[in-house]
Parts: sequence; structure tokens; C-alpha cells
Amino acid sequence: MADAAANRDFPRAYTKAGSLHSERLWALRVSYVSLAIASLIFLAPPFYMLITSLKTNTEMADQTLSPWLVRDPTLEHYAAILGNPIFLTFFRNSIVVTLLVVAITMVISVLAAFALSRMRFWGSQALATGVFLTYLVPDTLLFIPLYQIVGGLGLLNSIWGLVLVYPTLTVPFCTWIMIGYFASIPKELDEAALIDGATWPQMLIKIFIPVALPGIIAATIFAFTVSWAAFVYPTAFITRPDQMPLTIGIVSQLVRGDTFAWGQIMSGALIAALPPVIVYVFLMDYYIAGLTAGATKG
Amino acid sequence: MAPDGTARPALSTRPAIKGRSPGVSSLERLARRRSSIAFLMTLPLILVIAGLVAYPAAWAIYLSTLNRRMTANIGFENYLILLDSETFRMIIWQSCFFALTAVFLKALIGFWLAHMLHNIPTKGQRKWRGMLLIPWVIPPALSTLGWWWMFDPSYSSINWIINVFGFPSIPWLGTPWWARIAVITVNVWYGAPFFMIMYLAALKSVPEQLYEAAAIDGATSWQRLRFITLPMMQNIISITVLFSLIVTFANYDIVRVLTNGGPRDTTHLFATYAFQVGILSANLPRGAAVSLFMLPILAVAAYFILRGVTRRTKEIA
Repeated sequence: MADAAANRDFPRAYTKAGSLHSERLWALRVSYVSLAIASLIFLAPPFYMLITSLKTNTEMADQTLSPWLVRDPTLEHYAAILGNPIFLTFFRNSIVVTLLVVAITMVISVLAAFALSRMRFWGSQALATGVFLTYLVPDTLLFIPLYQIVGGLGLLNSIWGLVLVYPTLTVPFCTWIMIGYFASIPKELDEAALIDGATWPQMLIKIFIPVALPGIIAATIFAFTVSWAAFVYPTAFITRPDQMPLTIGIVSQLVRGDTFAWGQIMSGALIAALPPVIVYVFLMDYYIAGLTAGATKG
Repeated sequence: MAPDGTARPALSTRPAIKGRSPGVSSLERLARRRSSIAFLMTLPLILVIAGLVAYPAAWAIYLSTLNRRMTANIGFENYLILLDSETFRMIIWQSCFFALTAVFLKALIGFWLAHMLHNIPTKGQRKWRGMLLIPWVIPPALSTLGWWWMFDPSYSSINWIINVFGFPSIPWLGTPWWARIAVITVNVWYGAPFFMIMYLAALKSVPEQLYEAAAIDGATSWQRLRFITLPMMQNIISITVLFSLIVTFANYDIVRVLTNGGPRDTTHLFATYAFQVGILSANLPRGAAVSLFMLPILAVAAYFILRGVTRRTKEIA
């Protein structure tokens, strides 16, 4: 920048004005082309899953046809998968585990974030740092010791074991972003509340939760998507089909032997992916706020 | 973040705790009550962190020094046996290759797309951003199933496209190198949108005046990138890269679904191999040792992330 300032040359700036316009136009074209190509590649796998799920088995086996198109779409795979009691069990397990984990996570992290961001106490600073560090510990480092711990509690092969361990995936990050949201609330607000004689719980419920609602929604979405998509823990802890959530259920139970029922696998995977996608479509801004909050707010 | 909030009201700080005169007794009671309430409020969090993260992590270290039947302490024997095996040395190499390549490509693609998104008029950005984030939204275990089917040896739809252009089919998951490329491809596909979103947020936070000033000074677009955008985004870039490095090193689901480590263990990562050894072969101590090989990398990355985040917090505050 300093160089550019030193080389400032007014006559040349005038001749550049014309090229600046065309340069911008060109940059715009490059942008649209890049985005279009990226979208094509990014959306190809889900699109192909959809196409596959709509094909009849005979059409799928016919290698002379383009695999990317469907000639006579059918819903038979969806009917089959939705009529499969074990798939419905997976779905129910996923819903039960996810709802419980989201509820537990939000209670734990909102309470803790409030205390950590507003009520300083001995070690609160270290604890906040610890929360962030915990978030960086991956589940693949913990699943072996947790396997023993969960086994010791007799919760292997049970969705309750999952309810117990999923908070390790969700609580640290949710607490972290809630600390960020609570910290952004002006201090004058709680001083005013204190002067009016509000107790701490009143302050949390009447001021902090309503004001930080966008943050709470973002954290809830995060907890929901993470527990819905969790894969390592159920793979390690669950081997009984009737206790499996969707992710591992589809991967381990529908994929069997050498002849794969691809139509059913794809329709099952799409149905299983639907809840997070729906949440994303309707709450996109909160979703993205939650994603970026870890680094930009914090 | 608040805990380092500098402007605390005088009312609530130390004098209230230390003061012993009757005049401040109500304040003292408030403080005492406050800290005990605060402790109660953080207790569930402390329990989760201590009981389900810190304790298991410490237990893993202890566990990795036991023999297979967990009857005797054998010191570092598990680590030595692992380091001695050809397969595991290859897995260390493969994990590093996988993580570094994938993170580099994700960062590059994410950076490029964030710029392209930032270039187009704000009105259209939402739509494009919405589409481009889809790979990140689908649970990876499920979308990898779709990729698996796309890589199928005889029905591969990717090979179909390749054939249309006149090139021979590729044995995607059949040979070590193609399998490695396939695994990295899926990981990049899944993770690039996250980088894009992070970088886009960072790009939007660069003050417009800087670019205006640069335009007046006649800076080229390269100079704007080099001297304004990159320095302003430096922190977010490093946080995102390090964070992604951790997650990619620890990746499990993509390899599990796509190749399950094959062909001949060549696509195993620390996590999938730890699972294979620890759970499937029922050698928990050695499995713990495998996963603990991730620890040094994670610790270094975590240290720098924490530094970056603290610095950024101070910038914002």
C-alpha cells in the first residue's frame, strides 16, 4: 500500500478508469463461473443419491443408460424403507437421543456460560479456557476409554449410553459460544436489574435468555446437528440393531453382504439426512452464525 | 469473551470479599451467595468436562501402558510394538498425508469460493452460500454412502462421466493410491464449505474504507489481497486451518464408510486403526495407544488455536 501511494500517478489513474470497469465485469464473470462449477460438484453427490433412490432395480443395473438420469421414477424404495420396522426403530432412537442430548446440553451450557461470563469466581477464567480446550479433544481420542467407562456402567448397547456421552461433543462448543453471546450483552443491563433488586436466576431468565436468544438458537442447532450426525460413539458402543441410531444403523444394517440394496440405502440415507437439512434451510442464518461463532465471537 | 472483561463494576470485585467490617456485610453476603450460585451453575459443566473428557483422557494414557488382558503394566511396550510394525508406520504416514493434503485443499478451495462469493452482488450471495454449504450440513456418514456408490467398481457414475470424455475407468477404491485420493476427495468435498463460510465471515469484517483507500492509491487487486485482505484475515485463517487440522487428523467416518481402511490397510487413519485394534480386535490398551499418537499434533494445534482466539478476542474487545 505504501508503494502504491508512493507511485501515485494521476494521469495513469484516468486511463485506468475504463479498464477498471471491464476488470470488474470480468471478475464478476469469473465469480459466477467458479460458483456454478463448485455448486455443480458440491451438489452432485446428494443429487445422485436422490436419483438412485428413485430408480427401479432393473434400471440401476442397466449399464447402457446414463446413471445420472432416471427414466421412470419410482417411490418403491422409500415405501420399502419406511415400511421396514428396524429403520423406524433407528429413526426413533435418533430422535430420542438427539432431543435428550439437546435439552441436557442447553441446560448445562446456558447455566455455565451465564456463570462464567457474568459471575466471576475462583478459577472461572481457567474453566473458560478449559471449556475451549475440551472442544478441541476429538471423539476418536476418547472412544476407547469411554468404551470401558460406558461398559462399566452397563450402558453398552443402549441408547442411554449415547445420551451420557454425546454431551462431550456438544457441551463445550455450546458453552463457548454462549459465553461469547452473553459477554456481548451490555453490563449496564444487569447493573440496572441488580439495582431493581433482581436475583441472579431472574436476571438469567428475564434478561439474558431473551436477549441472547439468537445465540441460544444457534447453539441448539449446533447441538442438534452434532448429535444427529454422531458416528464414532454409536459405532463403538452399539452392536444391537434395536438400539442403533440412524447413522450407524444405515451403514451397518442396510449395507450387508455383496448385493447391496442401493435404492434402499440411498433413500434411507436421504431420509436420515433430512432433519438437519430442514433445520438448515429454515434457520440458515442462525446455523451459519453458530458455525462462525467459535472463532469470530468467542 | 467476558472472563477477561476489563471493565468490571467496582461493586462486585475483591473488596467485597475481603471486607470484614459490618458496613459491607450485605455486600459480602451477596458476593458469597453469588460465587456459590455461580459454582452450582457451572457444576454440571465441570462434571461433564471432568468425568467424560479429562478423566477418560487420563485413563486412556494409563490404559495404553497395560497389556492386552489389562492384567499387568507393560510401560511403553504398546507404543514400541506399534512403532515397530510396518503397517503402523505406514498409517502414521498416511494420516499425515491425508490430513495435510485435505486441509490444504480445503483451505485453498474455501478461500477461492469465499472470494468469489464476496465478489458478486450481496443480493445473490445468500442463494449461492445456501447451496454451497449443503455438503457440510448432511451427516458425513450418510453422504459418504452416496460417494461410495459413486465410486462403485462396476456402476461408478464418476467413471461414467470420465468415459464420456474418452478416458478409461478408474479403480477408485481398488488400488491404494486411488483409494487415498478418493478418501481425500470426499473429505475436501465435505470440509471446503466450512472454510468458505469462515473466510466469508472474515472477508465481510474487513472495513470497506481500507479498500477504498487502496483504490485511490491505485492498488492492483493482487496488492489489495496481499496487503489488506490477507493481513486482516490472518488470524481467522490460522484458527480455521488449525481447527480443521485437528478434525481431519481425527477423522473417522469417511474412511470407515468408504474403504474401511482397505485396500490392505493403506487408507487407515489413526482413528480407524484405533477402532480396528481396540474394539474389533478387542485389544483396548493398544487401541488407546494408537489413538494417543494423535495427541502431540492435537496439543500443538490446540496451543496455537488458543493463542489465536485470545488474540482475536482482544482485538474485538
